[in-house]
Amino acid sequence: MSPEPVVTASVSTVVPPTSGTEPPVPSPPSGPGEAQPTGTVSARFSRIRGLARWEVALFAAFVIVFIVGRVLSPEFLTNYNFFNMGLSNGELAIMALPMTLIIVTGEIDLSVSSTLGLGSSLLGLLWMHGWPMPAVIVVVLICGAFLGAFNGFLVTRVGLPSIAVTIGTMLLYAGIAEILLGSNIVSNFPATYTNLGVYGVPGIGLSYSTVIFFVLAVIFGVVLHFTPFGRSLFAMGANQEAAIFSGLRVKRTKMILYIVSGVVCSGAGILYTFRLSTAEYDNGTGLVLSVVAIVLLGGVSIFGGKGSMVGVVFAVLIYSGLLDALLLTGFPQQASGIVIGGLLLLSVLVPSVPEFRARFRAGRYRLRRQEPEAITVHSRSVVRPLATSDSSDKAGQGGPAI
Amino acid sequence: MQAAGSPQRLVDMVFRLREYGIIAVLIVFIAVTTAIQPRFIGQQNIKFVLLNATIYALLALGETMVVVSRQMDLSVGSVLGLSAYVSSNLFGQVHGIPIPVVFLVGMGIGLVCGVVNGAITAFARVPGLVVTLATLYIIRGVDISIIGGGEVVASSLPAHFSAIGSDSVVGVPYVTICVAVIIAIGTYSLRSFRAGRELYAIGSNPDAARLVGIPIARRVFSAYVVSGTIAGLAGVIWASFYGTVDSTAGTGYELTVVTAVVVGGVAIFGGSGSAAGAAFGALLLSTIATALYALGVSPFWDPAFDGLLLVLAITLDRGIALRLAEVMRKRTFRHEP
Repeated sequence: MSPEPVVTASVSTVVPPTSGTEPPVPSPPSGPGEAQPTGTVSARFSRIRGLARWEVALFAAFVIVFIVGRVLSPEFLTNYNFFNMGLSNGELAIMALPMTLIIVTGEIDLSVSSTLGLGSSLLGLLWMHGWPMPAVIVVVLICGAFLGAFNGFLVTRVGLPSIAVTIGTMLLYAGIAEILLGSNIVSNFPATYTNLGVYGVPGIGLSYSTVIFFVLAVIFGVVLHFTPFGRSLFAMGANQEAAIFSGLRVKRTKMILYIVSGVVCSGAGILYTFRLSTAEYDNGTGLVLSVVAIVLLGGVSIFGGKGSMVGVVFAVLIYSGLLDALLLTGFPQQASGIVIGGLLLLSVLVPSVPEFRARFRAGRYRLRRQEPEAITVHSRSVVRPLATSDSSDKAGQGGPAI
Repeated sequence: MQAAGSPQRLVDMVFRLREYGIIAVLIVFIAVTTAIQPRFIGQQNIKFVLLNATIYALLALGETMVVVSRQMDLSVGSVLGLSAYVSSNLFGQVHGIPIPVVFLVGMGIGLVCGVVNGAITAFARVPGLVVTLATLYIIRGVDISIIGGGEVVASSLPAHFSAIGSDSVVGVPYVTICVAVIIAIGTYSLRSFRAGRELYAIGSNPDAARLVGIPIARRVFSAYVVSGTIAGLAGVIWASFYGTVDSTAGTGYELTVVTAVVVGGVAIFGGSGSAAGAAFGALLLSTIATALYALGVSPFWDPAFDGLLLVLAITLDRGIALRLAEVMRKRTFRHEP
């Protein structure tokens, strides 16, 4: 299905080209296994291969999207279009980064878009009351940290399921945003700031949010794949019990991730507000499902323990490229959900095809006997189900109950 | 022997208390609101609250079946929207089409969506949360492509159809009574029929459920099909309530429904809770929205209240579960040696 998985480049190769005249073509992706000096050679190799296969598929999809986009519209591969593409998806992409880390640990944060909206509302409110802008930004970021800490507290200290908690805080934060700003619309922001949404970064031509995304992507990618902290995220996502017993500070780590998510998302709220030069209470409503869709499309398992930052970055590029190509060809913008949803569905269906076939062939009895073994396989490895022969879901972790 | 019986009864009692708790909160809320603003229990207002709650409660029934088996159906809002448009549009397309046929068409649409969700989740073993997140987008996209910029307006609907949402007996709309009956049947089936019990078994421990020979894929598939069909039915009712149907019908309902289900005492990771509880959860959310309005609190406060309620509900559930586990452990130790 794809060229030989060449494993040379590091995560940092996804930094956009400086000229901007061509699409940001990154080098073929690498697996995080490279960062692991320990472990047997074969184990390392299989891990790289398993990951690389998915990311090569994403890379191929990315190339196809950009070629098709070019064929459909001559305006697709232009500086101006890249600027716009990045501008309209920058905040979404930024929010996908902390979400990746959180989903890798087996949790989820559905309150990201409300955190964005609350950040935006607070920004507008404080500015309306005549605060100086730098102070406002600092307060908004601190507020974001508290919002994240509240999620983290409920998930780690009270021990509640993160999906229920963050559906609750999603409503709660959106509600607080409404209470703060009501029906007011603040839009008299100084041009120094709102220019973020008009001009690109000098010399690069991409929007500020895009550049911030790529810088953050490199930072998050390095943290996830090249630090003990990042490795511990995979460990607790793959098997939380084992992680606790091997002495990882699971609660504290998850707390940190939620706080980071809060700060990053309120920062995205600041960018969002300046881009539209409007602070409204419902800014960013509904973005959360797109963020989750992107992260899953990037090959991160919803049950945690698997995924890579390279995959998520490609997913972001595919998502924004596809939406933009559809927009340029006059496809009704709202209906583009068909394409996004279809991609998401494909991204979970394709990896399960070999497993499904194997199951079909093996028959029911053999499968039942193998099941317990498969669980241990799953908890050790960080590869997608594609690579594990008969991967199964962790018991008691909210897996599909099949 | 006694040791085996008494913790079981304790668990049953606690879960029943959980449902009564919701009803108690509901009553307290209504009492306080009425004390401050007597018009709150006026006939018009009750009807409004009930109509509002009816659709959410109906959707919550299907969602309960899915959530109880440790899955989630996020596509209900989109299914509702699609069914609402296609079914109400039939009145303009086919002259004099009988209303039951319209209902069947709406439910058929929901059934198809449910079959798709269920087949992918159950037989391809893909997590239902992800599948229905995808179909949420896809079905909404299909809805938008069909509608374009158009909409169904109330004047194009026959009077009999619009009357479904407005006719009532002693202040309670007929449709609410019908939905209440459906929910009662659903609750009973979930609690007392084999297939229903098996959904709880799957949700509470999938591995154990497989080992005792429960056909997990088939049960989960059926839960999604029922949930989809119910969402289709809710779509037709939605159309008769609101009259005007455009491509945004039902947007965002999925999360409200999940909130109602969880507030109503269904564990988000399956295995416990009842459809009746979920329906009361929906009624509570709908009452709060209206009560805030009646009290003169800005409607802007509504989502914050819902969110707070959800967080409180799950915190409470967690506390109860921990306490219960502790009590049961003590009992086991006392009786076993």
